[in-house]
Amino acid sequence: MKKTVLNSVHRDLGARLVEFGGFEMPVQYASIVEEHLAVRRGAGLFDLCHMGRFEIRGRDAVRAVDAIVTNDVARMDSGQIRYALVLNEQGGVRDDVLVYRMPDSVLLVVNAGNREKLLPWFREHLRAHAVEFRDRSEEIAMIAVQGPGAEDLLAPLVTTSWVPALRKLGYYRMSDAKVGVGGKVYDGWVSRTGYTGEDGFELYVPSAEACTLWSALEEHAGQKLRPCGLGARDTLRLEAAMPLYGHELDETANPLEAGLEFGIKLEKPNGFIGCEALRRSKEAGLQRKLAGFRVDGKRVARQGMPVFAGGKEVGIVTSGAPSPTLGANIALAYVERGLSESAALEVDVRGTRAALAWTPLPFYSRKRG
Amino acid sequence: MADVPKDRRYTKSHEWALKKDDLIVVGITDFAVHELSDLVFIDLPEVGKKLKAGDPFGEIESVKAVSELMAPVSGKVVEVNETLENRLETLVESPFGEGWMIKIQPSSAAEYDKLLSKADYEAQLEAHE
Repeated sequence: MKKTVLNSVHRDLGARLVEFGGFEMPVQYASIVEEHLAVRRGAGLFDLCHMGRFEIRGRDAVRAVDAIVTNDVARMDSGQIRYALVLNEQGGVRDDVLVYRMPDSVLLVVNAGNREKLLPWFREHLRAHAVEFRDRSEEIAMIAVQGPGAEDLLAPLVTTSWVPALRKLGYYRMSDAKVGVGGKVYDGWVSRTGYTGEDGFELYVPSAEACTLWSALEEHAGQKLRPCGLGARDTLRLEAAMPLYGHELDETANPLEAGLEFGIKLEKPNGFIGCEALRRSKEAGLQRKLAGFRVDGKRVARQGMPVFAGGKEVGIVTSGAPSPTLGANIALAYVERGLSESAALEVDVRGTRAALAWTPLPFYSRKRG
Repeated sequence: MADVPKDRRYTKSHEWALKKDDLIVVGITDFAVHELSDLVFIDLPEVGKKLKAGDPFGEIESVKAVSELMAPVSGKVVEVNETLENRLETLVESPFGEGWMIKIQPSSAAEYDKLLSKADYEAQLEAHE
């Protein structure tokens, strides 16, 4: 099992470690619920070093990435970030990624579990272009600071030159960054992105400096910043109805059925891999839709549990958890597209039926401004 | 080191069993409660249910996962701690006391004696570390 550069920090903090995407990662330091609420109310600190970071450089970098991913990379500004999908020829999802348009390169942040599968695939698809492809996952560390308190915490520490100040950094924008904390300056990038449904930032620094940065941030912020594991990351993203690869998305999932149209530009002049298959699926009529539900009772509906309308199976749960913010069990499920949102549905939780109440997505959205 | 009282016996799956008069009181250990963390739900059997040692008698669910509760001994359920279903914190506060789950009228005395002693169980916990 691989370890991130922060592994020793997690052990020192007494984290419970589990396998995720081929890495030994902290699922929680103490309580998932407390870590979740810390991000909703203050700020949480996350190790994201397990995620893959691919850099594409060269004259054709933008065009090459644009020809592969679903979003419109050619029309992105320098310093802008967009969500996109990487599809197979059948329109199924190979991965969901963030595309960072840098002044002279494009950075892709991919899921840990898909990194090995994507490496040869990207190399092959980029071969025809005048680009240099580098897997920089090992050398660049990624640490997230998420929550309503993130800006006040980081703004005094971070200086930027692409934007006048960290507070001026827009949502889904990035900048170069010098993070000054604990008597040391860390040189890297910062982005206003996250996977929690809160305001927040992600910091990119040399891997060799990740441990000291993590500890310096903790020391500087004290009680205002709580280390959070993947358990809280999962319940946070679920409340925000953000898809998780391996749950809502896989090689057979149709991203239009997953409700990800915002990241898919079917009319892009040069298309993308899987574009034709997606267009055809849309013309032929989509089969199912990803929907959100509150689950009646105390039992948690989890991935793989069947959804019924009376005696008929009409769907399957992809993710479910108790929602600390809503104080109720919630679930995402693929259900037949034609179902009316007044249809009475139930989930079968190990032989016990629980009523599902249709709930608009996301389950939680932060107050802005 | 987790608390392991010496007045009772244990299973590999972290249940405890305590002889009280002619009944066996059953719960889960402090270690198990800590490992599960973020408890959300417990399902316990009805009074009168017949159990076989090693078979599930209920389930306990945390934010991350659901786990089965295993009967340490065979017998009939004669009492269920119904307060747990409404107040799981009791289990966190007092796993070896007020957090008991069921009382079993055992069908044989021999099974209890074959369960892990405090020392055996502690050795298992150490191996886990």
